[in-house]
Amino acid sequence: MALIRAFEMRIDALFASGRIRGTSHLCAGQEATAVGACAGLRPDDYVVSNHRGHGHFIAKGGEPRRLLAELFGKQTGYSQGRGGSQHMACFEIGFLGSNGITGGGLPVAVGAALGLMLQHRSQIVLCFFGDGAANQGTFHESLNLAAIWRLPVIFLCENNLYAMSTHVRDAMAIEDVAIRAQAYGMPGQIVDGNDLLAVKAAVAEAAERARGGAGPELIEAKTYRYLGHSKSDQREYRTEEEERFWHDRDPIKLFAAKLREQQLLDDAGLARIDADVKRQVDEALEFALQSAEPDPEGMEGWVFA
Amino acid sequence: MSDVLTYSEAIRDALAEEMRRDERVFLMGEDIALYGGAFRVTRGLLDEFGPARVRNTPISEGGIVGAGIGAALVGCRPVVEIMFMDFITLAVDQLVNHAAKYRFMYSEQARVPLVVRTPAGGHRGYGPTHSQCLERLFFCMPGIKIAAPATPADAKGLLKAAIRDDNPVLFVENKTLYAVRGDVPSGEEALVPLGKAAIARRGEHVTVVTYSEMVVQALKAADALEAEGIRVEVIDLRTLVPMDMETVLESVERTGRAVVAEEGHLTGGIGAEVACRIVEKLFYQLEAPVRRVAGMDVPVPVSQPLERAALPSATHIAQAVREVVGC
Repeated sequence: MALIRAFEMRIDALFASGRIRGTSHLCAGQEATAVGACAGLRPDDYVVSNHRGHGHFIAKGGEPRRLLAELFGKQTGYSQGRGGSQHMACFEIGFLGSNGITGGGLPVAVGAALGLMLQHRSQIVLCFFGDGAANQGTFHESLNLAAIWRLPVIFLCENNLYAMSTHVRDAMAIEDVAIRAQAYGMPGQIVDGNDLLAVKAAVAEAAERARGGAGPELIEAKTYRYLGHSKSDQREYRTEEEERFWHDRDPIKLFAAKLREQQLLDDAGLARIDADVKRQVDEALEFALQSAEPDPEGMEGWVFA
Repeated sequence: MSDVLTYSEAIRDALAEEMRRDERVFLMGEDIALYGGAFRVTRGLLDEFGPARVRNTPISEGGIVGAGIGAALVGCRPVVEIMFMDFITLAVDQLVNHAAKYRFMYSEQARVPLVVRTPAGGHRGYGPTHSQCLERLFFCMPGIKIAAPATPADAKGLLKAAIRDDNPVLFVENKTLYAVRGDVPSGEEALVPLGKAAIARRGEHVTVVTYSEMVVQALKAADALEAEGIRVEVIDLRTLVPMDMETVLESVERTGRAVVAEEGHLTGGIGAEVACRIVEKLFYQLEAPVRRVAGMDVPVPVSQPLERAALPSATHIAQAVREVVGC
């Protein structure tokens, strides 16, 4: 979680200082959902992500250096500079990709689960998406398909209250995305998205049920993003009061407090972690800056396999 | 070795052969299982392959095409049927922003061996949302191959090739062609590579470039024109992406006159692109402007006189040929 936080905050700074071009959708504040969910899966399970996918990717095993190289558009990036922040994948580690279409990954996750089931494999698929995507047609089609075919897919909604600047109360007539599970005939639950262990437990249980043939599940993780939707977002649609409320429930602070309580972590230990993640992010930046840019020669040949 | 089969039977044969050959191939579509598909193309496949591999779906075109993409990513080779090509618009995002782009944006690790097969075409009074030829929507988007067979042999051969291709392939069938009979080779001889046009008829006066059911119309027109002393060469494109321009250009260079024909609307159609390519390469060899024959820029109406007026046929092709010959 600390690594993801350090990574995202560094990217924020790099954008602010004009050192990266393009755009990025940062997940600072939502670390517990990403890390908890991936921790609840088996390493060989699959994950489909969305536009706000750096945390998902790192939690699944993505290397910060290659992620950052991708943001800098370098040849050494996960997509060789072609995809950028929101179009990265690493099939080797089961990360089937982030993508820039809200709700676009849901049918793909369903298909991956279908494919695994047809091949009698024991892996499952977890699909990350947000409260905004829960209103896209693909959400509804995907949950329905997963339910009728009893597919091994976990739909994990990171409800951070806003789809860009639109509050959930203006986008849905219901309070919780989780109740939509009933409409499609699958279990649904709400979990505290800022409680790492709660997210992990919920996903782990759902994963074992899915692996056992019980079919899909919808988990809604209530969480919050600290930064704007993207780099140009000034967050005028949120109150300082609301932001303070969620900062007080910072997932990293909460987990650190738990560890301290159980005497598994002290100030020195925390300082070591902070220093270590800073070093990793520094190293990732160094790697990205040193890497070469891709050569456009032959680009038309990259379209087809 | 060959059999005489209908276009529809040839497609079914291709599906069955590829499913026997490779257990990763499976079918998804609305009413394709017991019902056998709206046009009965998949009739009988459920009995041989079972409901897991001949999978009926709810009405969720975007969902099922996306599911095809996901299944392809984890090693399957799905063939998704879109009942009428008109409905493919429900799946445009998954095709254009996902299937077409994964290879490029995720780099060489990504492969999407998905086939989407669907019948296009009017002339049956089905009306504006059940008669369209929408290959144009994908023709201009890099990352999707498009095959459009005109004969039973090519239907079987190109579908086999499409299923074996590691890229997304849009397989455009035609409702009128389903009943057409023809010789179809058996086994591996049946394979027709993507990206190769066929010279359906040789002639030295005018080249007519076309595909799908309009090949039948072009051949009819050629027969009529032969009696007038005009010998028409008909190029059946067979694949729109990648398109075999070499065969087209070689022919037009010989004849000096070209007519490009399609059933879809005139504006921004396949013909617009092909005509432009011909002019770019062969301007000084052309004896006449390149003419296009296409559907009117109107939705396809139901009433027969209206539909006949809105859609092109052999008559329109023959007329266009006479015009370029007259120049």
